[in-house]
Amino acid sequence: MPDSAIIIPSVLNGLTTGGLYALVALGLTLIYGVLHIINFAHGALLMLGLYAVYFLNVQFGIDPYVALLIVPPAMFALGYALQRGIIGRASHGRDENILLVTLGLSIIIENLSLFFFRSDTRTVDTPYSFDVIEIFGAFLPYPKVVAFIGALVTAALLWLLMSRTDLGRAIRALAKERKGAQLVGINADHVFAMSFGLGIACLGVAACLLLPSYYVNPQVGGGFVLIAFTIVVLGGMGSFVGALIGGLIIGVVEALGGLFLGESLGQIGIFLIFILVLIFRPTGLFGAKA
Amino acid sequence: MKTDTKLLMLIVVFGLIALAPLLITQESLLNIVIMTLYAALLGQAWNILGGYGGQVSFGHAAYFGTGAYTVAVLQVQFGINPWIGLAAGGLAAAAVGAFIGLCTFRYGLRGSYFALVTLAFAEVLRILSNSVDFTGAGVGLLIPLERSAANFQFLTKAGFFWVIWAMTLAAFLTVWKIGNSRFGAQLMAVRDNEDAARALGVNAFRVKMGAIMLSGFFSGLAGVFYAQYFLYLDPYIAYGAAISVESLLVPIIGGMGTLFGPLLGAAFLHGLSELSRAVIGDAPGISLVLYGVLLVIMVLFVPRGLAGLASHLRSGKRAVSQAEGGNDRA
Repeated sequence: MPDSAIIIPSVLNGLTTGGLYALVALGLTLIYGVLHIINFAHGALLMLGLYAVYFLNVQFGIDPYVALLIVPPAMFALGYALQRGIIGRASHGRDENILLVTLGLSIIIENLSLFFFRSDTRTVDTPYSFDVIEIFGAFLPYPKVVAFIGALVTAALLWLLMSRTDLGRAIRALAKERKGAQLVGINADHVFAMSFGLGIACLGVAACLLLPSYYVNPQVGGGFVLIAFTIVVLGGMGSFVGALIGGLIIGVVEALGGLFLGESLGQIGIFLIFILVLIFRPTGLFGAKA
Repeated sequence: MKTDTKLLMLIVVFGLIALAPLLITQESLLNIVIMTLYAALLGQAWNILGGYGGQVSFGHAAYFGTGAYTVAVLQVQFGINPWIGLAAGGLAAAAVGAFIGLCTFRYGLRGSYFALVTLAFAEVLRILSNSVDFTGAGVGLLIPLERSAANFQFLTKAGFFWVIWAMTLAAFLTVWKIGNSRFGAQLMAVRDNEDAARALGVNAFRVKMGAIMLSGFFSGLAGVFYAQYFLYLDPYIAYGAAISVESLLVPIIGGMGTLFGPLLGAAFLHGLSELSRAVIGDAPGISLVLYGVLLVIMVLFVPRGLAGLASHLRSGKRAVSQAEGGNDRA
């Protein structure tokens, strides 16, 4: 049994990783909460965002944190176009069809990336990549601490947007009562696409904050997909607070699982949580009762 | 189409396919036929649960991998003959199906949630097979080369052809029987409207359990065949997402819930990937990009698949009335 000198740093490290996971999950939960669809292409779109940050850095020398001004708006536009052009037309009345279309999109995006960027794993060099910050005797990588704070700020901004702006009100109205919202003049297709765009813009933020401490290759999104789903399911589909807390829990579970069971078997805890929550409490910790 | 006509067509089609080893002497061409039949088997297995039962699974690798690992582990670790492993692999996969069914259908998981949970189960199995010793962990398992029919390692491709031909025929006959039985009628009723089916006295849980076990069984057989054909397995091959995707792509392209859909889908997909290889060459990922594009196009514009398209072209009016009725997809 490892003593607290190992466990506490491990938990703190897990919390910062969890912040990154929460960032990825925020977009997913926004999309689910409004459109009631599960975006299977979430991981592939994150990977695309990571490549955007990478090439901005390598080609133009733009710092990943400065790319926050470029990548999220671009991802927003991409998300808007995808929802308006493809995903919104796919359901034919069955949610599984959307799952299938987004699966198809993720296959296309991942393999086009494989074709153009090859399977090499790439990282960026920033002056702060290897800086550490000491908290409670644990040495935490500086980029991860920044990402953790970024996740909190993004969640707060999303919450403000949803509760204080006209767009947020329109989104919530549509999520609650589609016909009624359309009757008072809300353009459903436009607002759905805005919501999807916002969810994908969150991925853009995640990509900028993630890359300094992480890497990118065409398969990198796959690892995030199930983790993000687990967080969303655990926190309650559509709940921002749930996504944040769910992300932190999953980060800690992964860190402790890795500590006690080893790197490879440690991941199993995440999937077991996913299965158990879906079976026994499908509304999640913070979701409304169905 | 009447059910007798369908059976007759099935026999004629498989009879024609059986001519392949007599007419094709080139091993590489016969290999394409074998891989097409294998894809049709995978797809038909998925079709039982996904097409006829309406339960879209994203994790059929769970059954495929279990069948493949069963035959490989029994041989490598215990020296048990792969023909016994064939039966054991199918049954083990059906048992995994029963377990996943118990965990999901018992608690009423449907639609997208069911799809995601099946994916999570396949991932759990992948991580387990990557971590324990008797599956060879990350290194994988190499089945020792000992070419003989008694050892399920044929000297020529023709031997493998007959095995996959027989397995695929068995799967198609089973599905023909399903389409023609009380069980099948109940399964399709559950697909079309589960609440209404239950109100009429259908035990939806039992029907879905039957479907997931049958589906798992045939997926497991495909896994056994894969292991014996390529003689190598690792966690990504056995339990990775590629198999789950191929399993659902084939019937979706061919036509979900139709008897011949998986065969059409498999032939179309393999034809396409051979064509793309001939035109574009072996660029990494390109044939998969085509698969993804096809999946999007089919779901967007041809949700009833090639089989649906065919019946639509044959008699436009009737196909439309069937689509509106929504209960006769075959």
